[in-house]
Amino acid sequence: MRYWSLIFALAAAFSVGAFAYAPFSPDWWLPNTVAEPGHVVSKAGREIDALFIIILWLTGGVFVATQAALVWAQFRYADRLDAEGKPARPARYFHGSQRLEVIWTIIPAGILVFLALYQMSTWADVKFRSAAPRTPVLAELTGRQFQWMVKYPGPDGKVGTADDLFTVNDLHLVKDETALIHLKSSDVIHSFFLPQMRIKQDAVPGMTIPVWFDCDRAGRYELACAELCGWGHYKMRGDVVVHETRAEFEAWQAAKLAEQGRSQVGEPEGETSEGDRQ
Amino acid sequence: MSDAHVHPRPRNPLTRYVFSTDHKVIAVQFLFSGLIFFAVGGLLAMIIRWQLAWPWRPVPILSKWLWSAPALGGQMPPEFYNKLFTMHATIMIFFVIIPILTGAFGNFLIPLMIGARDMAFPKLNMFSYWIMWPGFAFLLASFFVEGGPSEAGWTGYPPLSTDPHAAPGSLNGQTYWLLALLCAGISSLTGSINYITTVVMLRAPGMKMFRMPMTVWSLFITALLQAFALPVLTSALVMQLLDRTAGTNFFSPVGASVGNGPAVTGGGAPLLFQHLFWFYSHPAVYVMILPGMGIASDVISTFSRKPLFGYKPMVVALAAIAGLGFIVWGHHMFQSGMNPALGATFMVSTMMIALPSAIKVFNWIGTMWGGRIQYTSAMLNAMAFVSMFIIGGLSGIFMAATPVDIHIHDTYFIVGHIHYVLFGGSTFAIFAGVYYWFPKIFGRTMNEGLGKVHFLFTFIFMTGTFLFMHIVGWHGHMRRIPDPTVYEFLRAPGVVWMNQFMTICAFALGLAQVPFVLNFFYSLVAGPKAEANPWKANSLEWTTASPPPHYNFEDLPRVFHAPYEYSVPGGEEDYLPQTSPLPPNITLDPVMA
Repeated sequence: MRYWSLIFALAAAFSVGAFAYAPFSPDWWLPNTVAEPGHVVSKAGREIDALFIIILWLTGGVFVATQAALVWAQFRYADRLDAEGKPARPARYFHGSQRLEVIWTIIPAGILVFLALYQMSTWADVKFRSAAPRTPVLAELTGRQFQWMVKYPGPDGKVGTADDLFTVNDLHLVKDETALIHLKSSDVIHSFFLPQMRIKQDAVPGMTIPVWFDCDRAGRYELACAELCGWGHYKMRGDVVVHETRAEFEAWQAAKLAEQGRSQVGEPEGETSEGDRQ
Repeated sequence: MSDAHVHPRPRNPLTRYVFSTDHKVIAVQFLFSGLIFFAVGGLLAMIIRWQLAWPWRPVPILSKWLWSAPALGGQMPPEFYNKLFTMHATIMIFFVIIPILTGAFGNFLIPLMIGARDMAFPKLNMFSYWIMWPGFAFLLASFFVEGGPSEAGWTGYPPLSTDPHAAPGSLNGQTYWLLALLCAGISSLTGSINYITTVVMLRAPGMKMFRMPMTVWSLFITALLQAFALPVLTSALVMQLLDRTAGTNFFSPVGASVGNGPAVTGGGAPLLFQHLFWFYSHPAVYVMILPGMGIASDVISTFSRKPLFGYKPMVVALAAIAGLGFIVWGHHMFQSGMNPALGATFMVSTMMIALPSAIKVFNWIGTMWGGRIQYTSAMLNAMAFVSMFIIGGLSGIFMAATPVDIHIHDTYFIVGHIHYVLFGGSTFAIFAGVYYWFPKIFGRTMNEGLGKVHFLFTFIFMTGTFLFMHIVGWHGHMRRIPDPTVYEFLRAPGVVWMNQFMTICAFALGLAQVPFVLNFFYSLVAGPKAEANPWKANSLEWTTASPPPHYNFEDLPRVFHAPYEYSVPGGEEDYLPQTSPLPPNITLDPVMA
């Protein structure tokens, strides 16, 4: 009978094993670039990962301790009968312990309050509007079924003017420069998710939400929609291209603008023009 | 103390078995409809898993008649996938777990465990079951309307759910979904009023509040949660219904337009629905776990042959979970566009709710410590509840930490967490409760051997099915996507392997339920007759016959202590029913017991 405890021990050991193996396999761990699986590309991402690892260690410790106590109790205190078929050992008769209740209330409470306070500053840095960078807006990003429509301010630095650059599912930014995005939705709720940069923010129709992030490695990244938005939700994927230098970014923008000028017939339709109709 | 108000059992089979006001019959009705929907919801999950492991590969047999679009070559339409997970969650939450825990166990156990002859309002009780049927009808009918059933997720966020052009399921199916949920909500609400009144008014002589079994405490606190939170969900559902049918604009913002459809003219707020929805639906998570905690407490104490460790702290912890449960709903909305400062306060309250949950786990282990543990099927499932709830509770801390939540929000990490709580927690508690009270409910005993086979495979494959959800989740795997391989970082071989592994385990988990079904129905007809108190347990339901007579108790019992007096020193037996006084030499610690 007592060997039932082994099943519980195995399940716990399997869980610990899987979680302990995860950091050693890029496919199992927090997503990073294939080239550099050990490096997190954004500043917020590094802070978030550090918090994640603290919580993983803390909960891992609590998990091992509680599962060990459970399995030990299952094994040690299993009912056993003596030769006459009577219980070999009586159960102890007690109703609890005030001291233990106090101990196992105060210690977890302390840990939880510590966790709550410790991470407050990271949360504020990533999301509070007061922490938003004072830089010009990189682009206005509007989710719609099932695309990310990107509107860059163009040479005049203002969104909503005739020289705006439109792209679809293609967001460009510059390495090491904090990118400030104005996030919108034109139909249902979407969610702007950059897995490698650990950034997520819902795009809500009727709201304009500032989002900022940075990236310290040039290259191509993936932009995902993380909020169910309809039948095509799964393929609402975009590319994020991080340019090595601002000059490279500007050259890309100029080339795109020239292409956009050629493809337009007559006057642009203005503010509501659907830049994605190509 | 013979009671003159004992009514004879109805003779007419229609009022005896169908439109019955007997809480025991109503409980069995809730149990059967819940278990039937459990099978339906489980099958939907299998199709979901198939698609995730082998995206777009035709499902054997089913693809022929579930989606008959020959152009697709048998592959599942993506909107059908959205319908699958929407209906899987809706059925499991609103038509399986809540009705079984509160409807079946609540109905059966509350009067029997507090020594009452029936519920306070038997006719209202009958109504609370039969109002589920229009709900079943709306739910099933939605599969046959134009556009098919709802596909806006079980959370039904507008505007996806309110704009008929946003999704095929929002054409008509969403209206049926709202009506089905309204019916289920009315059922829960009337049930909860009944439970509260019964517990407050109909306790047997001597049954003080602090002598009630934990199961009754948990069902009582659950009923309070439902009574205060459900009106908010009901109003949210009605508002969405009006948005869809009467042209109101509670939730649709100005200017939003789907496709090239007309822009919305009203001035609603999508976030308003999320606030109202989660104000109920977060407490609903506790509605689904608190009764499980109560059941586990009673089963663990009985089969450890030992008093519950810290009975009163356990009650206080339950109440604390319920109280804090009302101020944590915003943690579902950290990334929703809600003011992040508000998110910071919700983070603190969410962290704090982990505390009473931790206290409960320590007390369960403390109950087993020093006991004489009897490995019955009920006990194994109750211990699995504790073991799995530890994982479900600890994984919650990751999401409570707002910065970490930025990354794992809306990923499979959340899906893993909720399944450890609702399968590892609620479902194991349901199994424990069925094995434990089956002899009392049906008067026959279940087969222990089959019960253990069922437990063993369920426990193993549940870990295999849900553990890796955490890992693919923190790797970034979004929820609610039928094809992860669209994304490069989810095409990684490790992720594909985990998805396939989880699917195979899910199928095995489904198969592992076969021994349970066989055991349940075989024992129902041919199981050995059960004695009144097969487990030698203390609470009142075991002092009457199995199954109990129509009026429950010949004479109303008199209660002398809480039901946890096992292995009292000097006693002849290792249990002491609540109806027998404690030996004079025993004094109880007033803070603990």
